[in-house]
Amino acid sequence: MYDFDYHKPTTVADAVALLAADPDAKAVSGGHTLIPALKHRLNKPTSLVDLSGIAEMKGIKQVGNAIVIGAFTRHVEVATSALVKSTIPALAYLASHIGDNQVRNRGTIGGSVSNNDPAADYPSAVLGLGATIHTSSRKIPADEFFLGMFTTAMEPDELLVAIEFPIPEKAGYAKMKNPASRYVMAGAFVSKGPAGVRVAINGAAACVFRQAEMEAALAANWSPEAVAGIKQPADDMNSDIHGSAEYRAHLVTVMAKRAVAAAG
Amino acid sequence: MPQVTLTVNGKQHSVEVEGRTLLVELLREKLRLTGTHVGCDTSQCGACVVHVDGNSLKSCTTLAVAVDGCSVTTIEGLAAADGTLHPMQEAFREYHALQCGFCTPGMVMSAVDLVQKHPEGLSEQEIREGLEGNLCRCTGYHNIVKAIDAAQEVMHGRRASVAAAAE
Repeated sequence: MYDFDYHKPTTVADAVALLAADPDAKAVSGGHTLIPALKHRLNKPTSLVDLSGIAEMKGIKQVGNAIVIGAFTRHVEVATSALVKSTIPALAYLASHIGDNQVRNRGTIGGSVSNNDPAADYPSAVLGLGATIHTSSRKIPADEFFLGMFTTAMEPDELLVAIEFPIPEKAGYAKMKNPASRYVMAGAFVSKGPAGVRVAINGAAACVFRQAEMEAALAANWSPEAVAGIKQPADDMNSDIHGSAEYRAHLVTVMAKRAVAAAG
Repeated sequence: MPQVTLTVNGKQHSVEVEGRTLLVELLREKLRLTGTHVGCDTSQCGACVVHVDGNSLKSCTTLAVAVDGCSVTTIEGLAAADGTLHPMQEAFREYHALQCGFCTPGMVMSAVDLVQKHPEGLSEQEIREGLEGNLCRCTGYHNIVKAIDAAQEVMHGRRASVAAAAE
């Protein structure tokens, strides 16, 4: 790992100022993606801006009919939150199945969503629940946030501060994970609520996406059978040593069925 | 260079590190606590697991500067001052839960955290799933799971010793 300067600001404004002042600075949250990347020398930031000291980026609260989760909230906190478990149990379930215990003790929701790894779990919940991303400068709807592989609508000196999840009537998540890496091969987050019926697919393609055909079918008939016959085209699916595009396309339907069944 | 002040196994240390120094490097190279191992170095294998403020984490994927002010427990800090083994260590010995021993420090630290977080008790399946972040290439996990099952009985005061649990 190349060396870097280290900063630990205590406010979002100070963190943004540090990032704006140096185009080669990087924000670090739980570090469970960035630190391995730095070890492989895939990235060479001049400085790291550690977000762990910023109180306004932490915590889980209910605001009206939404759950607002601070960006620097670790996976274990979402997984074990009584508030999340009682209002959006599918989100707590998702968080409790990211990586392993040690990863969940470090990784954060803001880090995962900002990174937008195609095989990450959280982006499917953000898109599948129609969440709103609160950044240091604006609010971005989930539908406009995820732009492509490892790419979001945020600017380099913009920080994800919190995510606002509308409380759904029903929601469910199912994934097929690679048994070695534990990353998602294909996953589906489904919900029915204030944001309508939504089906978000992660892991299968370069970026999380909504499956419109399944959404229409579930809007008419909320049941696993409604999506069972819908085939995801294999054209844009990922294909690698872990699974072909056709296999992932098949998994999309299976995971959507399971997610609807889990939602009840 | 940044200065890190932390408590390791009850003893306070103030150490100068680089920004890039990993917690496991601080422990092994600066404090000479070499019980914490580096296996894969890619946060998969769990040989480097230690506790920071009561939570297990992979010290190969944690910057030393990130634990400034924290309390760290390593495998060296589990046994009592008189050398009496922690029930988890005793159970690993009793059940022959290791062969080469390389993964053992991380296994024990993960297992202690897992059991502490589940006072209601863990089923065999929950123990297996709880070890998802630790790889062992010799034992096939079977005796590790048995040892953790026995240790949880002792740690939660349901049995007096792991030997009694073995009978």
